[in-house]
Amino acid sequence: MSIRVQSVSKTFGSFRALDNINLDLEPGKLVALLGPSGCGKTTLLRVIAGLEWPDQGRIIIDGRDTDAVHARERQVGFVFQHYALFRHMTVFENIAFGLRVKAKDERPSEADITARVRELLNLVQLDWQADRYPAQLSGGQRQRIALARALAVRPKVLLLDEPFGALDAQVRKELRKWLRQLHDELHITSIFVTHDQDEALEVADQIVLVNQGRVEQVGAVQDVYDHPATAFAYKFLGGANRFEGVINGGHLMVGNTPLKLEGLVPANGTRAEAFARPYQVTIANNITGAESAIPITIQRATIRGNMVRVDATHAQTPQQVYEVELTREQWRGSGQTCGQPAFLLVGSLRAFAIQ
Amino acid sequence: MNLISKTRFEENMATRDPPWVKAIVLTLGLGFFALFLIAPLAAVFIEAFRKGLNLYVSALTEPEARSAIRLTLTAAAIAVPLNVLFGVAAAWAITKFEFRHKQTLITLIDLPFSVSPVIAGLVFVLLFGAQGWFGTILSDHGIKVIFALPGIVLATIFVTVPFIARELIPLMQSQGTEEEQAALVLGASGWQMFWRVTLPNIKWALIYGVILCNARAMGEFGAVSVVSGHVRGLTNTMPLHIEILYNEYQFSASFAVASLLALLALVTLGLKSFVEWRGALRPHHQHAEGHS
Repeated sequence: MSIRVQSVSKTFGSFRALDNINLDLEPGKLVALLGPSGCGKTTLLRVIAGLEWPDQGRIIIDGRDTDAVHARERQVGFVFQHYALFRHMTVFENIAFGLRVKAKDERPSEADITARVRELLNLVQLDWQADRYPAQLSGGQRQRIALARALAVRPKVLLLDEPFGALDAQVRKELRKWLRQLHDELHITSIFVTHDQDEALEVADQIVLVNQGRVEQVGAVQDVYDHPATAFAYKFLGGANRFEGVINGGHLMVGNTPLKLEGLVPANGTRAEAFARPYQVTIANNITGAESAIPITIQRATIRGNMVRVDATHAQTPQQVYEVELTREQWRGSGQTCGQPAFLLVGSLRAFAIQ
Repeated sequence: MNLISKTRFEENMATRDPPWVKAIVLTLGLGFFALFLIAPLAAVFIEAFRKGLNLYVSALTEPEARSAIRLTLTAAAIAVPLNVLFGVAAAWAITKFEFRHKQTLITLIDLPFSVSPVIAGLVFVLLFGAQGWFGTILSDHGIKVIFALPGIVLATIFVTVPFIARELIPLMQSQGTEEEQAALVLGASGWQMFWRVTLPNIKWALIYGVILCNARAMGEFGAVSVVSGHVRGLTNTMPLHIEILYNEYQFSASFAVASLLALLALVTLGLKSFVEWRGALRPHHQHAEGHS
């Protein structure tokens, strides 16, 4: 089911958690709400679920305005970071809860409830744990039960609030893959909140990048990674070399080096920044003239598999560090060694004015 | 949990004390208990049976004693359920909602603990007594509060108000509201959420609070003494009855009734330990445990 968020704002006291958010999410996609902690992503998720009310704006789920719809009637599944399993109930009863609290005329028979719970336990591969209590399960198991519980009532959308945040690295990786597979089976429109860019890149179809209560960028995972729309998107997603300077005659002056720019160039005299991913820059001995070249000193080269990561500093201002990613061949071909002066070759970049 | 903390304190070289320290600490502790707790308790029962079983039984079955027992049970039967209601509501309000003056409410709940029971009783006399603020209105409508059952119940409620709320608040604070939110999103009504999620989670703490509250309700002397008026066979509770008997030099009868109250205390202690043991069986803190 589709989810539309229309100019939603929410403040807590003087803190603006959500600032005029607009979103249009297609049905059947697995969407990552990605952003640093405190950026408002969890608040947005809770507003969609009906656990918080927006000060302004509307949430439209499956074409239906949820303005007057209480959380219990929104038919959303919600998975909490700390599982929030009912601690006094067995795993079976936890999953059955949503079915048991239905009004009498909608409530399935006991046999149907049992069948549905069994089906979900199989789905989350924990059918042998039905009679256990949550405290007897591992973190990863608890989160899978929480997911099964949310799915039991056949929600229109599934909302997951940092679902892997409380798990250790190994379990988190497994659960990520598992969630992706599960989504491919069920195709239920899902949004999950994360501050972990790897998680978003690995699991999601679409990324919604959130910063300071605003949507920075929305798009398919690869698009957002390859074509960041804002300086924040560059910095937060993937990491990049940063070049700061002043705009002069269509170039960004970094020290004495003019960098070529593309796209919309800020006005002359503006302080601006531009970004290039480590694999988008190379190293050369001398300037060929065609490209922007920054004088650097090579500090260190680390070999990982077929890739070489080169750490370098600006020749004049050594506190400015750069990262370059080369293949072994490129690194060998460049004939560079550590401690040597060289040039960092940068293609045309997009400059963002610094506010 | 690490292995070190599982070693018994006294068997651990690092924390082991010389034997004489152990002896002194044990003597002090156990001696104190023997002198101040066990001895008086034993004295109550010995004194109660000093003049034989017959007098003991008749002291408990004479009309005034039976009326006192009945009154005590009635007052507790009204006060404890009302305090359950209030205690759960107050704990719920404090732990699940954000509102101004929350701290004031928490402090107010403790008030009966810090005020002398005599003053608590006097307050009700000032409010509802014949010369009190509402005295005229009440007597015009033929309602008697002071020197009657309502006054005794009011005083009992006042004195025992904190027990249940204070038992529940820390537990509910540590449990947070996520389970309730999960229940709501799954479609539960407020009522279903309370009965199926909140109440089972606080069950043992609530029972514990009820036991303590009941023990105090039956044993309360000061506040009840002020509002009761000591009308024999009518407004005397067990503690008041005991005092009157004692003042009239009917020591054995007085101790006989006292032994009944003491027995109640022992039963309460037994129940309390049982509830603590039961409550500890079920792990309550799933978040506090290690993950995965």
